[in-house]
Amino acid sequence: MEWLNTLLQGVLLGGLYAMFAAGLSLIFGVMRLVNIAHGDLIVLAAYIALVTVQALGVNPIVSLIVVVPAMAAIGYALQRGVLNRTLGDDLLPPLLVTFGLSVIIQNGLLELFTADSVKLNAGAIEVQSLPVGGGLAIGVLPLLQFLLAVAVIGGLQWLFYRTALGRAFRATSDDQAVAQLMGLNNAHVFGLAMALSLAIVAIAGVLLAVRANFDPAIGPARLIFGFEAVIIGGLGSMWGTLAGGVILGVAQTIGAQLDPGWNLLAGHIAFLIVLALRPEGLFPKVQG
Amino acid sequence: MPERLLEVRALDAHYGDFQALFGVSMTLAAGEVAAVIGANGAGKSTLLRCIAGAMRLRADAIVFDGEPVGDQPAHAMVARGVALVPEGRRLFPSLTVEENLQIGGQLGRPGPWNLKRVYELFPILAERRHQPAPSLSGGQQQMVAIGRALMSNPRLLLCDEISLGLAPIVIRDIYAQLPRIVAEGISLIIVEQDIVQALKTARQVTCLQEGRVSLQGDASTLTREKISAAYFGV
Repeated sequence: MEWLNTLLQGVLLGGLYAMFAAGLSLIFGVMRLVNIAHGDLIVLAAYIALVTVQALGVNPIVSLIVVVPAMAAIGYALQRGVLNRTLGDDLLPPLLVTFGLSVIIQNGLLELFTADSVKLNAGAIEVQSLPVGGGLAIGVLPLLQFLLAVAVIGGLQWLFYRTALGRAFRATSDDQAVAQLMGLNNAHVFGLAMALSLAIVAIAGVLLAVRANFDPAIGPARLIFGFEAVIIGGLGSMWGTLAGGVILGVAQTIGAQLDPGWNLLAGHIAFLIVLALRPEGLFPKVQG
Repeated sequence: MPERLLEVRALDAHYGDFQALFGVSMTLAAGEVAAVIGANGAGKSTLLRCIAGAMRLRADAIVFDGEPVGDQPAHAMVARGVALVPEGRRLFPSLTVEENLQIGGQLGRPGPWNLKRVYELFPILAERRHQPAPSLSGGQQQMVAIGRALMSNPRLLLCDEISLGLAPIVIRDIYAQLPRIVAEGISLIIVEQDIVQALKTARQVTCLQEGRVSLQGDASTLTREKISAAYFGV
């Protein structure tokens, strides 16, 4: 029963990792940009939520109304102002610029908020749980987090395959030069993709901040979790990303169950095993 | 509608240090069909890419509808009514046939062309609408490429080697549809290796040789000898 519980907690944690990964995978898919600052942007979103909660006195979940549009606007401006200039045939310039961005965000947050770790308090919901029988209980917050992840992934899937914007994303991903010749303004399309990515980052950041303590330095580790979930799931597959997050989450909780020190190690080992046996990921996009 | 829809004025085009076009000029009236011919590497595709806005030029090198547009990006040219059928078709491989067509219509320029009209022009595409674009035959893919360009309701359609790699019977089918497109008031510039096809279709012919205009004139007045001299430079 203890193991069933471990498994359940891992699956729910996986939802959070899937959300770290979804924005990362979206950006790479549309414009071949590897965003090294992704983890730090998650932490930035957490701090924006902190400021919002302190200023308005609202519940962290309600603060999403502010944090999501704010992060989307930052994403659009960042893409149009900086990252579009780095895109080209070479993968290296965007990598270097986002690495620099990561350093700037970490140190900026350190200056503003100090290195003290903080946490958002979501109130009673944090400790509520639903008994599911046999002595097992599901925390309301982890469940909410998982359901949000499923909704985000489902929404992305719908957007990509059912809307004009998704069509533009896929066309631009296929062939940037021709997309331009067919009337798509790539600079704007990329801006919208980054806005969408950071909107998801905002949700992930708020959930992270409610779940555990955070400080300006924890971004890079979140980036690694995101990367691992993307690669386990297979690039270009949204549901694969969710599965990747779940596998990573389950591996971590199982590791922690065996020995509290093996938490992160178990996740990395699961990732390495997948990378060694199926380098294309478990659910790679079918090439049409 | 102005007499002159398009004017190319002493156009020079460069790829880095390499100069692909030297002082190329041509004019096109509204509703007119022009052909650009020439050997491989003569600069035909570059000329179309310049008109489509894919290359950065001085503003007055291209005048469209009375306005200098040489410095406009490609997506702005589509909005003004210039559409390109690129060489080698270049469909979006992860999109279905219908999605490829919809991308062309995404800007929503008003005009006679929509999905229904494209499917009337090329009925086979209606049957294949939900298939991935790469699963179609070469000729069908070319139809999608033409339909995709038409979906933007252009005033000027640029066709780059639409017969390339296709069987003669398929080429005939596709060329048979061009008059229906022109009948909507669209001007056309076709780039062709197949000179006979080009002369049959176009009223006005421009021959390029190593980036320079080697011959220009009314298709009916050009003799075979003149063309072959301009084409090969012998």
